[in-house]
Amino acid sequence: MPFHFENKPVLVAYVTCGDPDLATTRDIILAAIESGAGIIELGVPFSDPVADGPVIQKASERALKHGTSLEQVLKLASEIREHSQSVGMIVFSYLNPILKMGMSKFCKVARHAGLDGVLITDLPVEEAGEYLREARKNDLVTVFLVAPTSTDQRLKQIATVSTGFIYAISRTGVTGARQQMPEDASGLVKRLRRFTKLPVAVGFGISTPEQFAAVGQYADAAVVGSAIVQAIERNRGHEAPAVAEFIRSLVARKS
Amino acid sequence: MATVSVTQRRVIAAAKKPVPVTGRFGAYGGRYVPETLMAALDELEREYEKAKNDRRFQARLEYLLKQYAGRPTPLFFAKRLTEKLGGAKIYLKREDLLHTGAHKINNCIGQALLVERMGKHRVIAETGAGQHGVATATVCALLGFECVVYMGTEDMRRQVLNVFRMRLLGAEVRGVDAGSRTLKDAINEAMRDWVTNVRTTHYLLGSVLGAHPYPTMVRDFHRVIGREARRQVLKAEGKLPKAIIACVGGGSNAIGIFYDFLKDKKVELIGVEAGGCGEGLGQHAARFRGGSPGVLQGTFSYVLQDKAGQIATTHSISAGLDYPSIGPEHAMLKDSGRAEYVPASDVEALKATTVLARTEGIIPALESAHAVAEAIKRAPKMKKSEVLIVNVSGRGDKDVGILRENLKLD
Ligand SMILES: Cc1ncc(COP(=O)(O)O)c(C=O)c1O
Repeated sequence: MPFHFENKPVLVAYVTCGDPDLATTRDIILAAIESGAGIIELGVPFSDPVADGPVIQKASERALKHGTSLEQVLKLASEIREHSQSVGMIVFSYLNPILKMGMSKFCKVARHAGLDGVLITDLPVEEAGEYLREARKNDLVTVFLVAPTSTDQRLKQIATVSTGFIYAISRTGVTGARQQMPEDASGLVKRLRRFTKLPVAVGFGISTPEQFAAVGQYADAAVVGSAIVQAIERNRGHEAPAVAEFIRSLVARKS
Repeated sequence: MATVSVTQRRVIAAAKKPVPVTGRFGAYGGRYVPETLMAALDELEREYEKAKNDRRFQARLEYLLKQYAGRPTPLFFAKRLTEKLGGAKIYLKREDLLHTGAHKINNCIGQALLVERMGKHRVIAETGAGQHGVATATVCALLGFECVVYMGTEDMRRQVLNVFRMRLLGAEVRGVDAGSRTLKDAINEAMRDWVTNVRTTHYLLGSVLGAHPYPTMVRDFHRVIGREARRQVLKAEGKLPKAIIACVGGGSNAIGIFYDFLKDKKVELIGVEAGGCGEGLGQHAARFRGGSPGVLQGTFSYVLQDKAGQIATTHSISAGLDYPSIGPEHAMLKDSGRAEYVPASDVEALKATTVLARTEGIIPALESAHAVAEAIKRAPKMKKSEVLIVNVSGRGDKDVGILRENLKLD
């Protein structure tokens, strides 16, 4: 499984697929890999992204305007896999597009496309029975979110069914860049480590080299989402080089 | 990977035996929300279970329903409408007479008392027609909570009077400019607020929608409608009704009046959805005609969606019915055949409003007018000895602007 957590922190790059179009998304992702992203989260645009702030909401709207679908995202995954064998790659989606395709079919196609795993934003462990079965069958890792509000009991439950890595949300709230990383995050990671030996990625709100480095002090990986999506939005026509430059600036301090 | 590690074996075992879930109605319901909200939903469920068995809580609820909201509401024999239609004896359950003008206050009082128990001070809500927003603003004023109501800007336009009422009551109304700028978009924004402020804030959801425990809890707070109606009809007629009709947005007024009749297998239960202005996706909100099972905003139920699982836009002249999903308990009742669901169009609802206004002197909310429209179709085909109850979920004061635009009486 191409998740490598030796050189910490790993940069996990989230991209809303199909913004501004799928061909550009492909170029952006290849550029991101080239410039130091270790894991790619392929965001599937959804009409009702309740866990996302304005930046990813708008990106999803743009992607849906020309009909970006889960099926197309899976096809994009196989194209990227052809170019890079070593990058970690997971699908990041809301549940309904996956349900519409069918959980069993989705997991098969995802594995076939060379994806390593799946994260479903609005699927807590309590509801994850079918997902866990189908993902295991197809050798996909199941990444779950933990939040500062998760009780120890929940952290334990989540750790039990997680594989690959665990994604710790840095604060209560929707996705989006923030000036300061809250205190919540390191405390949460500390609590979580009592229940798991899996690597922990921290995300939500990371947008500067300082924040990236700070997260590296206590986590194995840092997820950068809205900041990348914003770089895409602000650099129409030269998205890929802009994202590459941004990612290089984030990982520059890493030695 | 050839060998299976201990962790993996544990994972596989856990996958086979997932954590038991509650809040299911057959296959429907459940709890599909971001992890951040799970602890708050657990807390709400626990508090609600405790409150259910707390005599002081129940006594306080009963007092407010009676002395503040005005329960019980009458069951009124609509003599002239009955004569006009020439069939079943029609009774109207007068939820429109409640304080704030609709059934929504039943649930708002219940949840507000829970907020007090949980020691939270900030309440958020979504609203479509504005009735739930007004009812929420009202209970927040009554109990001294800070109140923020999310409302689609299209709904703010068509329910402008209710926007003003909320502000007058001290609530902050935040317009939502995403999607079709209606109820669904308002719920998205309320959920984002909740994810952010969950530690201090209660989300006072206005229908039998969303993640467990909402569909069960909101239903329980509205059960009083059917409990009263059953007693009242037995007293007035000495027998149960042949049928009960209610409009279905999320489905709270409908499940409220249906619930205590579920065991009376001979009583037909009819839910009326918004047939809008056509049968194409985007022209209506008839989830049982054009929808299929899916997950939206926390619950698994029938959803209007496209082939890729993106949620469809909806249309209805009535903001309160203009929503692409439906309460999960209704999905179960539909599949089992215990209840039947039919659409009524915009035009039929407008016509029904005029009919009820001119035969009984009652102007129904446009939502409720959908139920009246079905009664107008159905009553003439029924026997004169049979009884039909229509739930008039709210009054039409809020709709005079739309009615004036559409009915051209001036
Ligand atoms: C008067 C009235 N009836 C019905 C509804 C629809 O909601 P529900 O289906 O939950 O009763 C609304 C919603 O705004 C309403 O204001």
